[in-house]
Amino acid sequence: MTYTQIAVLSVAIVVVLDLFVFRTRMVARKAFWASYAIIVFFQLITNGMFTGFGIVQYDGAAIIGSTSPTTGPPPMFGDGRIAFAPIEDLLFGFSLILLSISLWVLFGRLGISRTPVSGPPLWRRRVSSRTRD
Amino acid sequence: MLGLPSNLAYVGVLIFVLAGSLWLELVLRTRVFARLPRLLLVLAVVIWPFLLWDAYAIAEGHWFFDTTRITGIYLPAEIPLDELLFFLVIPIASILTIEAVRSVRSWPVGDGSDEEQRQVAQS
Repeated sequence: MTYTQIAVLSVAIVVVLDLFVFRTRMVARKAFWASYAIIVFFQLITNGMFTGFGIVQYDGAAIIGSTSPTTGPPPMFGDGRIAFAPIEDLLFGFSLILLSISLWVLFGRLGISRTPVSGPPLWRRRVSSRTRD
Repeated sequence: MLGLPSNLAYVGVLIFVLAGSLWLELVLRTRVFARLPRLLLVLAVVIWPFLLWDAYAIAEGHWFFDTTRITGIYLPAEIPLDELLFFLVIPIASILTIEAVRSVRSWPVGDGSDEEQRQVAQS
C-alpha cells in the first residue's frame, strides 16, 4: 500500500474507533474541533520544519506529490504538498491526534485519573466556596 | 540550526513542540500531569499502531531520514529513536491542548468529569 492509501485508511479506522468502538464521539464535539484547529496550525509549522529542512523525506511512489529533492527544500505549496509536507501528513497527524484524545477521554470515562479537572486559567481568580459563604 | 549539533535537529523540533504546549499546564492549569496514570496509559497504547506504521513505511521506503539530522539511535525495525519521541510528544501536546480548551470553555468531552469541569469554571 502507498502512504496515501494507508493515511486514508488510518483516518477511517480511528474515526470508527472514536464513534462506534470507544464511543467517545470526539468528532461530534466542539471541544475536539476547537483543539484540532489549534493543533493543525502548529502541525503545519513543525511539519514544515521536518520536511523543509529535509529531516524527513518522501518517496514519490508512495505519495500524491513527487520524491523529496536531494538538494534544497521541496515545493512549499503544490505538487501534493502543504507547507513543504505531503498532504498525507495531515491525515497521519489527524489519526494520531484523534486517537490520543479519544483514548484520553475513554480512560477518563473508565475512571482512570478522571480528576483533577483542568482550569480555571491563572487569569481567572479562583473564589473558594468558603469565602463566598 | 541555532548552533545545535545537526544530529539534534529532529529532537530540536520536538523541543519546540514541548515549549509551545507545556506552559499550558501552569498557565491554564490543565492538570494533565496530575492525571499521570491516565496520560501514561494513553501513551502506552497510542505508540504501537504508529510504530508499526512507521516500521512498514521505513521498510517500504515511503519515508526516510537525513541521517545527519537524527540522533543515530535506532529501535528495532530501523525506527529512529527520534520517531518514538515524536509519538510521545505529539499525544502529550494534543491532550494538553484539549484540556486547555476545556479550562477556558468547559465544553463537554464525555469523560465523566464534565460536571466537575463546569463547577471549576463557575467557582
